[in-house]
Amino acid sequence: MGQQATEGAIREILATHGRLNRPAAEVKSDADLFAVGLDSQAVVNVMLAIEERFDFEFPEDRLTRETFTTIGSIAQIIASAGASA
Amino acid sequence: MSDVGAGSAADASTAFLDRLLKAGVLIPMGADGVYGRGAVFEHILEGLDALATRAGAGDGAERVRFPPVMVRRHFEHSGYMKGFPQLAGTIHCFCGDERAHRALLRCMEAGEDWTTGQAASDVVLTPAACYEVYPMLAARGGLPEAGALVDVMSWCFRHEPSTEPTRMQLFRMREYVRVGTPAQVEAFRMDWMQRAVALIESLGLPHTIEVANDPFFGRPGKLQADIQRSQQLKFELLVPVNDGAEPTACLSFNDHQNHFGALWGVATPDGAVAHSGCVAFGLERLTLALLRRHGLDPATWPTPVRGVLWRP
Repeated sequence: MGQQATEGAIREILATHGRLNRPAAEVKSDADLFAVGLDSQAVVNVMLAIEERFDFEFPEDRLTRETFTTIGSIAQIIASAGASA
Repeated sequence: MSDVGAGSAADASTAFLDRLLKAGVLIPMGADGVYGRGAVFEHILEGLDALATRAGAGDGAERVRFPPVMVRRHFEHSGYMKGFPQLAGTIHCFCGDERAHRALLRCMEAGEDWTTGQAASDVVLTPAACYEVYPMLAARGGLPEAGALVDVMSWCFRHEPSTEPTRMQLFRMREYVRVGTPAQVEAFRMDWMQRAVALIESLGLPHTIEVANDPFFGRPGKLQADIQRSQQLKFELLVPVNDGAEPTACLSFNDHQNHFGALWGVATPDGAVAHSGCVAFGLERLTLALLRRHGLDPATWPTPVRGVLWRP
């Protein structure tokens, strides 16, 4: 799964679970998700949905605000884990 | 607490507990983290409670006291089980007929598990003193311009049995809860951090204030804790209590942002979701900090400290 497809899948999950204040499809890869409405409750649902979709677990040391700040940084962790949708 | 003391002399925190139990300051009840309180302990705790009252006097806080239970409906709505399922205590009761009662007694007599037939009641043990404040405010409708300031105190339950005297399963938490605009809540929290430092210094206690996080459950909890810390939503005032262990959080200063306002539908006069925050005094932990610092006999404590706690 390429970077673009991974980010597309993340956007779908954000649209369902992220409670963002704008359409997830319009959020750029390097945009701050917390600045567009992602909060500490929704981010957990996003995390769990990503783990289920990509059938992987975020490494414990990557369960941080930094990881979930942008679509790009989430995609990077998924790619480095070799996970696929 | 029959197991405490045997072979635990090397454990400094248990050594402090042993001294408290031997002196009758705490009374063993047979379960870790559950103690009776002797007269000395209560005298100190009442002094601290009165001190917390004086420290907040003049702010016009509304004083309310709830029994140490939450309505289960409110508890479920609060989301506590999402973040802290490991700490919650629910209350289950016998709701059967005479036949079921006989079966239950036979079960107890045989030493079998008699609790499987117990049914959940409509109350649970209070996990934090402020949890019933938000549904109370929501039921009143919108907030006034000045927001709300509530003075609350409750026995709280957390299921985390421990031989550290500072980690009790049942303890009293005194709180001032501020609900209003983000600016009102942040000003309240900053103000209380300064007041608390002055208050702790007047008690002769060494202290630090540090960024902290709540004990969220599981892997998602690690993420929640990191977010809470990175946004500095929780500060704790720490005092050394247990020898050889990290200092103990005796007060906390919390910014809930719009979490409870959104959950319960509390709004400011302009229609925005209310923010909330609180300062929480761990009365048992503060009592233990004083006992640890100044000794088990308050009659020998420094006169200024006695004067602060017990006004002549």
